[in-house]
Amino acid sequence: MKADPRGVLTGTHFIDGDHACCEGALAVGSRFAAGYPITPSTEVLERFAARVPTVGGTFIQMEDELAASITLQGAVWGGAKAFTVTSGPGFSLMMEHIGYAVMTETPCVFVDVQRGGPSTGLPTLPAQADMMQARWGSHGDYEIIALCPNSPQECFDLTIKAFNFSEDFRVPVMFMMDEVVGHMTEKVVIPPADEIEVVPRRHTKRSVDDYLPYATNGDQVAEMAHAGEGYKFHVTGLTHDEHGYPNMTPQTQDKLIRRLQSKIRDAVDRITLLEEDGLEGADVVVVSYGITSRVAQRAIELARQQGLRVGKLRLITCWPFPEKRIRELAPDTKAFVVPELNLGQMVREVERAARALAGRASSCRPSS
Amino acid sequence: MTQNFGPEARGAACTAQLLLSDQPILYPYVTQPDIMVVMSQEAYTRFVPELKEGGTLIVEQDLVRVADLPRQTKVYSCPATRLAEELGKRMVLNSVMVGFFTAVTQLLKPEAVRRAVADSVPSTLQELNLKAFENGYGYGVKSLVFNPHSQELEQVIYAKE
Repeated sequence: MKADPRGVLTGTHFIDGDHACCEGALAVGSRFAAGYPITPSTEVLERFAARVPTVGGTFIQMEDELAASITLQGAVWGGAKAFTVTSGPGFSLMMEHIGYAVMTETPCVFVDVQRGGPSTGLPTLPAQADMMQARWGSHGDYEIIALCPNSPQECFDLTIKAFNFSEDFRVPVMFMMDEVVGHMTEKVVIPPADEIEVVPRRHTKRSVDDYLPYATNGDQVAEMAHAGEGYKFHVTGLTHDEHGYPNMTPQTQDKLIRRLQSKIRDAVDRITLLEEDGLEGADVVVVSYGITSRVAQRAIELARQQGLRVGKLRLITCWPFPEKRIRELAPDTKAFVVPELNLGQMVREVERAARALAGRASSCRPSS
Repeated sequence: MTQNFGPEARGAACTAQLLLSDQPILYPYVTQPDIMVVMSQEAYTRFVPELKEGGTLIVEQDLVRVADLPRQTKVYSCPATRLAEELGKRMVLNSVMVGFFTAVTQLLKPEAVRRAVADSVPSTLQELNLKAFENGYGYGVKSLVFNPHSQELEQVIYAKE
């Protein structure tokens, strides 16, 4: 399906990553956002609040992040594509409802413009320290998708991808920006609407009488119905069977949790987005993501000028972690270097995937 | 372009940094600026040591006292606040400074900068900001002098060789 041209601001723009993210959401057809403003993410909502009335939609500034993160899910069940935007402290508050979105399979996007933490930390400076929280922040056993842009252009392009993955897999997608990417202003090219691919809602084609809300019908992802269409369905965070009603037996839990995981795991190749350069014959592979990948690129170029064989592996999809690619590279790699704006988060995943396969050193942790 | 500011809403030091390159820009911050526009004494004290050797310094004449500069520094000075006050709004001194910058650096086409100024302010304030731009630009052009050594128009004031 192609994008609705009303939301697509086709042209060449000089805008920051926050604004580009907002334009990505509008372009892919999001017409609802609920949020509680927080630096350095506020500009996403500010722009959305100004723009969305011109294309027919709603923005609600909620009383806090808990409210924002559940309101948007109500909008999704009402038929909208919806998202919320926050930074570290708000992201912490949203964790409960991220779990709710996983359990109820509510397609939506959570944007986290990362800043220094813990707590209120560094409101106006970048960090990449919420990466593990994006993966494991809500309780329970689940798989998640997280994307990491490294430029305002990617804030536009990947926001579209984030919404599309969320619809495809009926999962909340974490969009992990950082303060630099969010506040940096660069050229952003927005293509014509007919060049933007939009994954539509997996809406049921069954009749009202024939509909079971969590029946997967051979696929791993069930089809949705929306409130007000006459379908009778129940949405709950409690363990539920295909009728959507609570059914708290170990058998139901086992079936549900395995499906919530396998619908992502079985599609990992389709979800994995990587940028690779010079990996053939590389002694050292630099694994990076987000803004750090741009800074690392400079280091890679300097190292290559000195005759070192350095490869680049940039994670655009951070979760599910592309461990298969690391395993492929590990036997011929003497060392992985993982620069990140924290004291070691994604490096643990690289170590795990490369364990016992890599050459002399498995990885290089940042020094504290 | 990146910006740097504290959590304060108003009255605190803030900076904006712009990198121009025909190569992909990898490191997002400016570490040794070729050109620096300084609009407060606090900013002067804090940031001028970062200016590249032989770099260009542009100051707000009445707000910044220039001292202790490397001798090769080119300094251009503009009473942007006064020029803005002549238009009735001190707020537009930024646009005055953009005009002055455009004139003295000759780095960008004036017409392109005019469009950028118009594009970056609300429509109700476009006319005022464009006037401010013209006043700053005019002041910059008038104050340029021809330097027979470099064969260029220059306005070199404080830190002569």
